[in-house]
Amino acid sequence: MSEAAAMTRDSGRESGGAPAADRPLVEARHVVKHFDLGGHFLQRERPTVKALNDVSITIRRGEAFCLVGESGCGKSTLARVVMGLLDPTDGEIRFDGTRIDALGHRARKPFHRRMQMIFQNPYASLNPRRTVQQTLEEPVRFHFPKLSDAEVKAKVEQVMVSVGNDPGWGNRYPHEFSGGQRQRISIARALMVDPDFVVADEPISALDVSIQAQVLNVMMDTRERLDLTYLFITHDLSVVRHFGSRVGVMYLGTLCELADTKTLFETPRHPYTRILLSAIPRVTTEEMQPPGLPGEVPSAMNLPSGCVFHDRCPLANARCSAEVPKPQSQADGTLVACHAVEEGRG
Amino acid sequence: MALLDVRDLVVEFPTRHGTLTALSGISFSVDKGERVGIVGESGAGKSVAAFAILNLLSRPGRIAGGSITFEGQDLTQLSTQRMRAVRGNRISMIFQDPMMTLNPVLTIGTQMIETLKAHRDISEAEARRIAITRLGEVKIPSPEKRLDSYPHELSGGMRQRVVIAIALLTEPALIIADEPTTALDVTIQAEIMSLMLALCKSHGVGLILITHDLAVVSQVTQRVVVLYAGRVVESGETGRVVHNPVHPYTRGLLAALPGEAPPGARLTQIRGTMPSLNAIPEGCPFHPRCDYVQDRCRQAEPALDSLDGHLVRCVRAHELMAGQAA
Repeated sequence: MSEAAAMTRDSGRESGGAPAADRPLVEARHVVKHFDLGGHFLQRERPTVKALNDVSITIRRGEAFCLVGESGCGKSTLARVVMGLLDPTDGEIRFDGTRIDALGHRARKPFHRRMQMIFQNPYASLNPRRTVQQTLEEPVRFHFPKLSDAEVKAKVEQVMVSVGNDPGWGNRYPHEFSGGQRQRISIARALMVDPDFVVADEPISALDVSIQAQVLNVMMDTRERLDLTYLFITHDLSVVRHFGSRVGVMYLGTLCELADTKTLFETPRHPYTRILLSAIPRVTTEEMQPPGLPGEVPSAMNLPSGCVFHDRCPLANARCSAEVPKPQSQADGTLVACHAVEEGRG
Repeated sequence: MALLDVRDLVVEFPTRHGTLTALSGISFSVDKGERVGIVGESGAGKSVAAFAILNLLSRPGRIAGGSITFEGQDLTQLSTQRMRAVRGNRISMIFQDPMMTLNPVLTIGTQMIETLKAHRDISEAEARRIAITRLGEVKIPSPEKRLDSYPHELSGGMRQRVVIAIALLTEPALIIADEPTTALDVTIQAEIMSLMLALCKSHGVGLILITHDLAVVSQVTQRVVVLYAGRVVESGETGRVVHNPVHPYTRGLLAALPGEAPPGARLTQIRGTMPSLNAIPEGCPFHPRCDYVQDRCRQAEPALDSLDGHLVRCVRAHELMAGQAA
């Protein structure tokens, strides 16, 4: 890296010589997040929800990284830890080479601008007392205080048009819009400050099918046009297949498998991934079959020993209940955390 | 004779700003042991149809026309008392949220035994025995113990199983399930839907499955009815409708599913949104969103046309079916 480039990019200092373009945009390294539930003062062990247990992911520039898993697997918690909305109990978060989880408020401010979030419920995430214009202007005025009123207004208009919204909506209130329109306003709000990275937590789950398609299209367009990197959280695997470049599959606070979207859908390796994929409803006249997943997800307060999936896994043996599997790299770069896959049992 | 025959059902909600017509003359039937899907997006009127069948419309909603014939009697003409003998007994309902069915302060056992005793003249012990059998059928582990559990002690999937067990208690002829798995995870959805499918078959129970999910409908039902703005726009054998949809709305719904398009491609979207009930467009209600619209679509609402058994409400149905429309 030349000296000039190094000076303009002070965020790059920590990672030494790696050129910025090859460096992953976001890294979560060995993230642990436990929620302390208080409990009684005489209790020897305080009840703790172990939401994330040593999860590492790397998000490359320009990709749409998807996190999938069922309720309670920790996918939203991981997104919130990455965004800095929650502090990790252990591990670290890096953004563009800089460790950000331990930064103070002021030092973190430039990262807030570069990382934006879209939430699931567009009925709850927009302030009902503010006009769309006010909602959209606020982040720009906060992060770019030097812009004139005219420049801010121009920016609002430009972003609204770019996500397919009528710029004339500005003086209206959120309740005047449908779910899909509100979600497009939420996307516009996230894009107002020219972020590099957008976290979308189940952004289309609350919407009707035909509207889901509109919102997904807007997200795919903006990703290409603005060179955005997405972290997309969803439980809907057909959306992942359509939208994602790489996918992380989570179960009970651990990462089971991480692969290219195509590889994951063609050759799922982890037993949980296989069951999850087989359970996706498809348009077919074949009757629905039980997924072959006995029991229920155990409580995150009382994790199973060894592999967290072992008591429901069709391939489990004694080693699985004793030893926690580590993510192992396969020949094609897929990471799989499973003893059965490692030993070729499956 | 059909088990349930809904004819020209009209449901209205009088409001200060005029009367809203939630269903404008829908017709469909369910045979004994048949599984029928009702599909549509929010506001299409699918839940209103379910509530109308059970005479559970919330005021000021009312049935303004048509008939609902179930096991030979017109449900719209029944007294409140006679209706009670049908509802929860001959017809059971399963809601999206199991807590709409379950009482949070009563044990599962109490709720099941009460339901049985309300409809049958049987002893407590007998009711208990039936309750345990039903819980076993929905694959709840150690059903005897579960009778003493409260709903909050169970997971979402387990609660929905209990609701299915309650729905089956009185051996109904028809179950109406309104988005029963929408709030559940995919593996639990597959578990519950395959269970419902198997139970409907083994008990010979008819099923009306109300959902927005065409994929689920295709894997569970035998016939499907597609609703749009309170009208049936297409209906027929499920396999035929999902594989060879004719109405532009059904085609749009199927094309918008991300699982059916090549990865990364732009999804086909239906432009605009479902009209609200006080602003249903003139002519065909779908015309402002339709890719195949012609002048005549704006003038008169098309009739439901039969293309050998496959019903379609579109003036261009024949062309669309033959693949000639552009």
